[in-house]
Amino acid sequence: MNTGLGGAMDIIGILLSVIFVSAMLIWVERRLLAVWQDRLGPNRVGPLGLFQVAADMIKMFFKEDWIPPFADKPVFVLAPTIVFITMLTGFAVIPFAPGVGIIDFNFGLLYFLALTSLSVYSVVLAGYASNNKYSMLGSLRAAAQTVSYEVFMGISIMGVVMLSGTFNLREIVEAQRDGWFILPQFAGFIVFLVAAVAESRRAPFDLPEAEQELIAGFHIEYSGMKFGMFFVGEYLGITLSSAMIVTLFFGGWLGPWLPPLVWFCLKTAAFILFFILLRGSLPRPRYDQLMTFGWKAMLPVALLNLLATGAVALSSA
Amino acid sequence: MSDRIMRELSDRFGDGAFAVQPTADKIPTLWVAREHIRPFLGFLKNEAPPGYAMLFDLSAVDERQRVRRQGLPASAYTVVYHLLSFDRNEDIRLKVALSGDSLSLPSVCDIWPSANWYEREVWDMFGIVFEGHPNLRRILMPPTWIGHPLRKDHPARATEMAPYRLSDEREDMEQEALRFVPEEWGMQRHSGDSDFLFLNLGPNHPSAHGVFRVALQLDGEEIVDAVPDIGYHHRGAEKMGERQSWHTYIPYTDRVDYLGGSMNNFPYVLAVERLAGIKVPERAQVIRVMIAEFYRLASHLLFYGTFAQDIGQMSPIFYMFIDREKVFDIMESISGARMHSSYFRIGGVALDLPEGWDERVREFIDYLPARLDQYDRMVMKNSTIRRRTQGVGTYTSAEAIGWSVTGAGLRATGFEWDYRKARPYSGYENYEFDIPTGQHGDCYDRCAVRIEEMRQSIRIIRQCMDNMPAGPYKADHPLTTPPPKARTLHDIETLIDHFLNVSWGPVIPSGEACVTVEATKGLNGYYLTSDGGTMSYRTRIRTPSFPHLQMIPQMCKGLMIADLIAILASIDFVMADVDR
Repeated sequence: MNTGLGGAMDIIGILLSVIFVSAMLIWVERRLLAVWQDRLGPNRVGPLGLFQVAADMIKMFFKEDWIPPFADKPVFVLAPTIVFITMLTGFAVIPFAPGVGIIDFNFGLLYFLALTSLSVYSVVLAGYASNNKYSMLGSLRAAAQTVSYEVFMGISIMGVVMLSGTFNLREIVEAQRDGWFILPQFAGFIVFLVAAVAESRRAPFDLPEAEQELIAGFHIEYSGMKFGMFFVGEYLGITLSSAMIVTLFFGGWLGPWLPPLVWFCLKTAAFILFFILLRGSLPRPRYDQLMTFGWKAMLPVALLNLLATGAVALSSA
Repeated sequence: MSDRIMRELSDRFGDGAFAVQPTADKIPTLWVAREHIRPFLGFLKNEAPPGYAMLFDLSAVDERQRVRRQGLPASAYTVVYHLLSFDRNEDIRLKVALSGDSLSLPSVCDIWPSANWYEREVWDMFGIVFEGHPNLRRILMPPTWIGHPLRKDHPARATEMAPYRLSDEREDMEQEALRFVPEEWGMQRHSGDSDFLFLNLGPNHPSAHGVFRVALQLDGEEIVDAVPDIGYHHRGAEKMGERQSWHTYIPYTDRVDYLGGSMNNFPYVLAVERLAGIKVPERAQVIRVMIAEFYRLASHLLFYGTFAQDIGQMSPIFYMFIDREKVFDIMESISGARMHSSYFRIGGVALDLPEGWDERVREFIDYLPARLDQYDRMVMKNSTIRRRTQGVGTYTSAEAIGWSVTGAGLRATGFEWDYRKARPYSGYENYEFDIPTGQHGDCYDRCAVRIEEMRQSIRIIRQCMDNMPAGPYKADHPLTTPPPKARTLHDIETLIDHFLNVSWGPVIPSGEACVTVEATKGLNGYYLTSDGGTMSYRTRIRTPSFPHLQMIPQMCKGLMIADLIAILASIDFVMADVDR
């Protein structure tokens, strides 16, 4: 265990900066999509519209905290907190830089997988508790989608584990000193990337909320800060996924000249932008097409990658 | 031409079986006895080779207050069947006279499936019963409505009615009428091994393109049955036609297919001009064609964007809105208004083209083709879009004709028929353009046909621009609006004409005319009846979207919700065009 981690400063700093970044991503996404779509985006509140997020937050806090009379009240209230909490606690194992982080955990990777799996409960319970047919369809889609893509996500990163010989995220980063895993694990990276988008339930894999079909899907009945938690939870999710992609495949904090923390943040930011660009460009597949793609394309690729990596690892050993 | 069908009908049914009525639009118009209507229609569709395959329109007229009937058979209510034959390239109109005490007719739903909604509409609006109709319920008005709005004794304005009060009992009754009972919609609650989920899609749903409702019967996400429910956008446009002057009704037409702007003025002013016998000068004809094609571009661009958006592609709509905005900028510089320019006038157009119009038009038509190529790469070549739309929502040409589908939806099945080619109006015969067709009749082809139509529209606009004739932009005729003013201060007759024409509006000679154009969404026709007054006696608007929606259940059975969204997007309808 690394003793430099987990100080009060680390915990508070990381918590605040992660929440701050995720909230600001709301503005970043709206402005970026606007640039790509030849429009302006929010530019009225503060310089460049930077205070838009603050204005949105104030609005959400002051909205009536409304729970539909037909909803299952305790579950309805609980559901949005789950995604928020699981995503936030996921950041505990992220190796931001040497000496920066909350916990150095031997099974960090498994911990991450466990938490992303838990987050689907949020969506499923929200849909169930809303007692709304559109929500129900959305949460059913979410359950099927997450359970399926979880499988390939797990398998896709086993190659990284084989190459580095550890589940510890810091050691995985250190193992990439001689070369990032993106090269030997390219197939694994692609599968992980697709699965990460699917897990985050963002376009083009936003079937659980599919605005054009299910209006807002699982969170159709939510408003005010409960909706806000889903909203920020989604951005926490893509931040976490981007951080994991950087850690597993792009050498984490490794990089010349700049301080490690800067490298880590830059790489993560690049993937966050990629997630946003993806949303702006791709249409949504149909539910059964998504499933077919997962089981008939992603799973074989992930398995073959595992097989090849295993063979190479064995022969070189 | 039309003599041939008359001969065939007399050979088959005898000379006395029908009476011929002369009309201003030269469409053969026959009065048929009630008991003969089904044999006549059956003969015209199936036996008269080549037959009249499409039930183009089915409407009615309340004749009780009509003064100048000019020797027509006595009738309280007349039901009008308008058939279209593609092979003969000819229409025929059959009329049945009904007396006030026996308002019933046999249904023809078994001859044309599209008659279903048309008959429901006639029942709703006039209270005429169609015997043997499977589901004769109100379609445009709410189920609790009392009376039949298009009857002449039904009030048209709120001021003609008692003040509206919503009592508690009335409110409860209205609420109760909204309760969804699957059996009333012809649906089962259970099958052998599963309970169905009923999903109410609309009238407030982002992909329903307006206030349109589909009641879905689902097994999981699979659609077992779908029942469209329309009428939420009904504003009584036909009733309004009976209380607006011929001139002041023009802006109302813009709002029927509200994405088509002045394209809607087109059939209306053509029909009025046909009744009044006005010949439109050449320059006005070319201007009209150009404006209409611009509105076709605007409408198709919006369709294209929403089509991509409904399949979950977020960005294209913004690019297309920018192009559409450029169309509206040009429309604004020509007519002064953007979406609903009401630019056409009886006898011509409102204003002459402004100075420098050709530069703006040239700039735009040089710019758009490259953008369309870009959109092709972005949308039509995208593999997810292809997977989502190819083979989804298919129908054949025969099915489309049976359901009265026109426009791009018909051409997507490979049926090459365009009103502008088959029956050119406003000088369309002088333009070079192709009729794009599809092959499969699926969502993808419907979109592809419209995209190609945009390229053809650009070609037409370029020809308009290069060959714009000089001359007046409005006919010199006393019935045109606004009336000619030049000589008003020189001779008293012109002054009187002008005064009456401006204060009361033009008096259009009595008669009937139906003029149809290839509008943005299909065939749009205005069937006007004049009783020699300053207002229309009956304005029947035959819109393309109305029958298109009727086909939805047939297109989406066995598919998933996401497919239904793609199908709705590919139909390209506007609810105002459905409900009027």
